Amino acid sequence: MKKLIRFTLNGHEVSAEVESHRMLLEVLRNTFHLTGTKEGCGQGECGACTVLVDGLSVDSCLYPAFEVEGKSVTTIEGLVEEGSRLHPIQEAFVEHGGIQCGFCTPGMIMSTKALLDENPHPTDDEIKRGISGNLCRCTGYVQIVESIRKAAEKY
Amino acid sequence: MTQYSFIGTEVPRPDASDKAAGKALYIHDMVLPGMLYGKIKYSEYAHARIKHIDTSRAERLPGVRAVITGYNTPEIRIGFIRDNMPLKKDKVRQFRDEVAAVAAIDPEIAEEAVELIRVEYEELPAVFTPEDALKEGAPIVHETDARGRPKSDNLVPVAWNFVAGDVEKAKQEAAFIAEGRFQTPLIQQSCMGTAGCIAEFDLEGNLTIHTKTQIPFLAQNDFNRALAAIGLKGKNTRVTVPTLGGSFGTGLDTHGYEYIAILLAYKTGRPVKIVLNREEEFTTLSPRQPTETHIIQGCDKEGKLTLREVRMVLDNGAYTSWGATTPSVMMLPISSLYRVPNVLYEAKIVYTNNTYCQAMRGYGNPQAAWALECNLDDLAEKAGMDPFEFRMLNANIPDDTTPMGLNITSCGHEACLKTVADRLNWKQKRGKGRDKARGVGMASLFHVGGSGRVYRSDGTGIIMKLDDFGNVSVITGGIEMGQGFNSALALVSAEALGVTPDKVTVISGDTATCPWDVGTHASRGAFTAGNAAIMAAQKARDKIFRIASEHFMPRVHYKLKKRKKKDPDFEIPDLDYNRICDPSEFELKENVVFLKEEPDNPLLRVSLEEILREAHYREQGSMIISEAFYDPPNQMIDMKTGRGNLSATYIFGTHGAEVEVDRETGKVKILQFVAAHDVGKVINRQTIKGQIYGGMMQGLGYALCEEYKTDKGRNLNPNFLDYKIFSAPDVNFPIHIECIETDDKEGPFGAKGVGEPGLVPVAPAVANAIYDAIGVRIRDLPITPEKILSALKKKQ
Ligand code: FES
Ligand code: FES
Repeated sequence: MKKLIRFTLNGHEVSAEVESHRMLLEVLRNTFHLTGTKEGCGQGECGACTVLVDGLSVDSCLYPAFEVEGKSVTTIEGLVEEGSRLHPIQEAFVEHGGIQCGFCTPGMIMSTKALLDENPHPTDDEIKRGISGNLCRCTGYVQIVESIRKAAEKY
Repeated sequence: MTQYSFIGTEVPRPDASDKAAGKALYIHDMVLPGMLYGKIKYSEYAHARIKHIDTSRAERLPGVRAVITGYNTPEIRIGFIRDNMPLKKDKVRQFRDEVAAVAAIDPEIAEEAVELIRVEYEELPAVFTPEDALKEGAPIVHETDARGRPKSDNLVPVAWNFVAGDVEKAKQEAAFIAEGRFQTPLIQQSCMGTAGCIAEFDLEGNLTIHTKTQIPFLAQNDFNRALAAIGLKGKNTRVTVPTLGGSFGTGLDTHGYEYIAILLAYKTGRPVKIVLNREEEFTTLSPRQPTETHIIQGCDKEGKLTLREVRMVLDNGAYTSWGATTPSVMMLPISSLYRVPNVLYEAKIVYTNNTYCQAMRGYGNPQAAWALECNLDDLAEKAGMDPFEFRMLNANIPDDTTPMGLNITSCGHEACLKTVADRLNWKQKRGKGRDKARGVGMASLFHVGGSGRVYRSDGTGIIMKLDDFGNVSVITGGIEMGQGFNSALALVSAEALGVTPDKVTVISGDTATCPWDVGTHASRGAFTAGNAAIMAAQKARDKIFRIASEHFMPRVHYKLKKRKKKDPDFEIPDLDYNRICDPSEFELKENVVFLKEEPDNPLLRVSLEEILREAHYREQGSMIISEAFYDPPNQMIDMKTGRGNLSATYIFGTHGAEVEVDRETGKVKILQFVAAHDVGKVINRQTIKGQIYGGMMQGLGYALCEEYKTDKGRNLNPNFLDYKIFSAPDVNFPIHIECIETDDKEGPFGAKGVGEPGLVPVAPAVANAIYDAIGVRIRDLPITPEKILSALKKKQ
């Protein structure tokens, strides 16, 4: 079954014909060519596909595309401001070594955004809990937590 | 001490912004016009004869463009000893054996088609442990070798032996001896970005493959052989490497799926993409080889090590990758970590019907360190010595040649040991926490730090190309896979050339445009490319200064005249503006050319870009491009004697852990962790810390939780719920990193390679701390709560 869904994507009204079994991740990557959102497992275990739906972080690989109807979706591309200016969270990750291979990074940053929007001054434990669903094989998380701490200072 | 402008700073990496913005392009993100999607059908048995493959239903499925098997494609031999084929004929030897593949217009059709393929098998008896595989009458995994000669056992024909001194005699004379058996499990590299490639042919029959590899040029060679096998002898492969989502050794071999993509692309005339999903990444990509080690070490009355005997068996799995050379790296710590005169090492690699193994970060060293460093604590105890004092007594020292013929030059081993002891407060804590089940432990590492001559060449090329605006393209055959290679290379290039790092762009990952490199492995990237960059920079500077010799003074004059035009009061100094300077009079720093004699004279400065434009915009002009090839002064290991100075320099490190064990649950809590590394010289403090933290956390996974579980050759945990790697909340202890600088004479600005070492000594450091805490020694990784509980029970 196909359906036309309408939603807000990174601030713009969009629509797409979508089959019922499609997940949001596939629609973002294949229909809208927003490949910044990554697929690390496709089964809700790694967080590489994290995006915001109405401000809350979700694993887009498990989020049925039909359900974004009328909602607002923000992806990593949506954080970059006019003139290719990075969002303060993105900047903090760049400045403080929170990025190595970069595959986990978009998901990590979106989880951070959800965390800081709700709790602008998290403790280290709260930071770690905030990104507990995002796996990173490269960094050992130390510089990621540091990046988030620094991002919070400017938030 | 030399004052550097950029070496040793702590700066963001050049690839970070694109990655933060979601703009970096990984293989998963690439789509080509007309591209098809490939999917592979894998074996359903660990060992079976293929009787029949029926692809007819798959072929009839709308949207399918090709279905291939080993029976309708040419035979291509792949692997380190060519004992593997991309598509299996006659027999399957492991669950992941590829028996057929499909290309279709979308991934779902490809998947559906694969499910429609029917294969009839006749199951064969199989072997799943090296022990069983070596028994008389065991089923034979390969009945013939790659050349078709009959084979009657399961030994991989790659044997590693090393003998120095007389171990038997040393055993008799030793005052104390410790003996033990240690095991390590299969573990998976777990790159967040799974493996994949896109293969396409041009109309001349040349191949382009975009693929996840660490060895683009060796892969080119492999794929050119495949082209010859399919009737395209003399045609060429261009390998390009997109952004890599981690690699950790998985890119050191070419893989079945790559050849299958090539065959499908050739058959269909369309680009074909194969990307593994997470389950396939777990079940069909080669993990780290498991080992079984029998070790004996001995020392004299004073605690001086006198002997070390290590017999090791590695489970190869069903085919042989370059991972079969990991014992050459194991040989390094076994012969040379701490000073020990009598050494015997023997490694057997055994075929089984398990998944075949390949390289992972550390390349055998973590397996060796596990046995060595645990057993060393046992020996210290027998000798009645403190393990730290014992290590200090036997530590490696600078300017020493080891029994294996390794020339140790710079060496910070003692400093690493001391740093860890100080930081852990060793004297106050060791042996004093039993009542609270708390303990401290340490372990050291010895690894190649100046590349490793695994192949006949250990070389790398660099091209430096300067444009009209003072921008520098540093073109390299090395690969950025997340480790920070580009950052290190940019800083070294900037420092060596005399420009600011923002002017440098590192270009890599294309065999058609980049200079040759043997591969990004053995922690060699920054070391070799850095040295090549210094050489290329010197050549570029020579050219720049030659052009400056004619154009510097006229440029200065021109600028002064311009200034006078604006400001009539300005007096042009009376200098010889037609003077031809000698090239040796110039210096270039931070994008400005000036005279060495008058570095502070603001009038006598010309920007690099002006000089560069002078090179281009004139009759009989020239351009500033330089190249260099660096091949380090090291040797291949002589397979007969096991000797050879494998690396141009060596790297040392010590890790220390403080742990608390819950006697009720068996859980280990890390209270603090210290990592001290002799790094030669820090290039970028931010990325070097990233390498150590990252390696350490992989090491803690190896120590405490990671295990690729199998049942009769079949993987049981192909996902991150069941295969546990560290997540952020697990990192709930203080970590102290110390980089000890020993200024290596062979390293670029003194630096040694640090990509792998962070992982190597973690597990034994933790195990030694656990022993200190509760008095039980765990000998097989990972150290799970169940193992601790059962060991505690036994102890009672
Ligand atoms: S891709 Fe969605 S959680 Fe891994
Ligand atoms: S940076 Fe590679 S997985 Fe996080």
